[in-house]
Amino acid sequence: MDWGALHTILGGVNKHSTSIGKIWLTVLFIFRIMILVVAAERVWGDEQDDFVCNTLQPGCRNVCYDHFFPISHIRLWALQLIFVSTPALLVAMHVAYRRHEKKRQFRKGDQKCEFKDIEEIRKQRFRIEGSLWWTYTGSIFFRLIFEAVFMYAFYFMYDGFRMPRLMKCNAWPCPNTVDCFVSRPTEKTVFTIFMIAVSSICILLNVAELCYLLTKFFLRRSKKAGNSKQQPNHENKEETKQNEMNELISDSCQNTVIGFTS
Amino acid sequence: MSWAFLRDLLSGVNKYSTGIGRIWVAVVFMFRLLVYVAAAENIWKHEHDEFECNIKQPGCENVCFDHFFPVSHIRLWALQLIMVSTPSLLVVFHVAYRENREKHHNQKLYKNPGKIDGGLLCTYLISLILKTGLETVFLVLFYKLYNGFKIPHLVKCDIKPCPSTVDCYISKPTEKMIFLYFLVATSCLCIVLNLSELSYLIVKYSKKCYLKRHMKKQQ
Repeated sequence: MDWGALHTILGGVNKHSTSIGKIWLTVLFIFRIMILVVAAERVWGDEQDDFVCNTLQPGCRNVCYDHFFPISHIRLWALQLIFVSTPALLVAMHVAYRRHEKKRQFRKGDQKCEFKDIEEIRKQRFRIEGSLWWTYTGSIFFRLIFEAVFMYAFYFMYDGFRMPRLMKCNAWPCPNTVDCFVSRPTEKTVFTIFMIAVSSICILLNVAELCYLLTKFFLRRSKKAGNSKQQPNHENKEETKQNEMNELISDSCQNTVIGFTS
Repeated sequence: MSWAFLRDLLSGVNKYSTGIGRIWVAVVFMFRLLVYVAAAENIWKHEHDEFECNIKQPGCENVCFDHFFPVSHIRLWALQLIMVSTPSLLVVFHVAYRENREKHHNQKLYKNPGKIDGGLLCTYLISLILKTGLETVFLVLFYKLYNGFKIPHLVKCDIKPCPSTVDCYISKPTEKMIFLYFLVATSCLCIVLNLSELSYLIVKYSKKCYLKRHMKKQQ
């Protein structure tokens, strides 16, 4: 049980995401989870063992470490990644519910059901419209909130994003103000700045995806309003058919280019 | 054998659960199992090595650690996760029994072996009650063993062979407390989900039963 399980769960959501959503997922897995597991965990691995205070007083090191690092960077990042990935589960649940409804219709032998067998329903990719649009948009909104909250918590807890080399500690039982030295401060600063930068990129991607979805929503609404006012025109029907075909083609192209297999 | 086994087990259970049951599986996966493996395990990894007493007397640290941590938080957490996921196996076994019976008699005995009705409903309700009970038992155990959910940074120990009352310092107490509160919060959330699912199922099937009887009376 590790991040691989999360990859399996979120990979399923990938099929029903927009292109920006697929890019976000790629950035999440390659630049955040992979970096966390492969590199960052090693850098912070020996953090308490190599946290050295200039005193022989037993207990002083423990207390000072606890005072300066109430919660380790690496744990905060792990929590951030878990919380940020969770809203995608809402979309996965909604899609699963829709599939379940379609399967029920198919089994009842409903004439409206356009599928020939259950396999087609299982493989179908749902378009982001109707109630699924609201779930998807809500999930992006929650993602943004979690990212922002964790970034602020980081900044607040560690007074910025720099890891100092030396900390002065006078918590009891340290006999006086004692110098404590952090292990690998520069490497930790580099990784902290890297993770913050990738977090910011993810926030930008989420904002872009939100704007894209809102724009699509309003365009669709105005198209519907426009269509209902005009007389049903043969030429308009041809145009809308061509538009739908173009959308489908561009969507399927993006599926193959950003090949994130589900 | 690792946590992947539990993950596969829970995925299997998901198929036969109600909507609330699926939310419960998702909460257990994401907020309990994943947090345990990815974050919490490493905090408690060197708890014994980092437990330091203000004395050079050999053996004093060992006895004091053993006195204050009879069972480590992280082991209790792991036990809780395993125990709480296990009642769902009852449902899986019952469905497998139904499918086996159909194969044995070579005829369709049930409309859908995975549908929650009849005997499977009783099994499902029992598994929910067991899950809720076990969650509560572990929460009470945590509370009683560690005097609340706090972890002090200093404990005073005077057990032999420590020559006098000695100060012993626990490593990373704040971080451990944060994760302990997280564990308690997710446990409580799971209890609430189990109780809602229980009430939902009882209300749904009582309504069905009542309607059936009403229809029979009318006929």
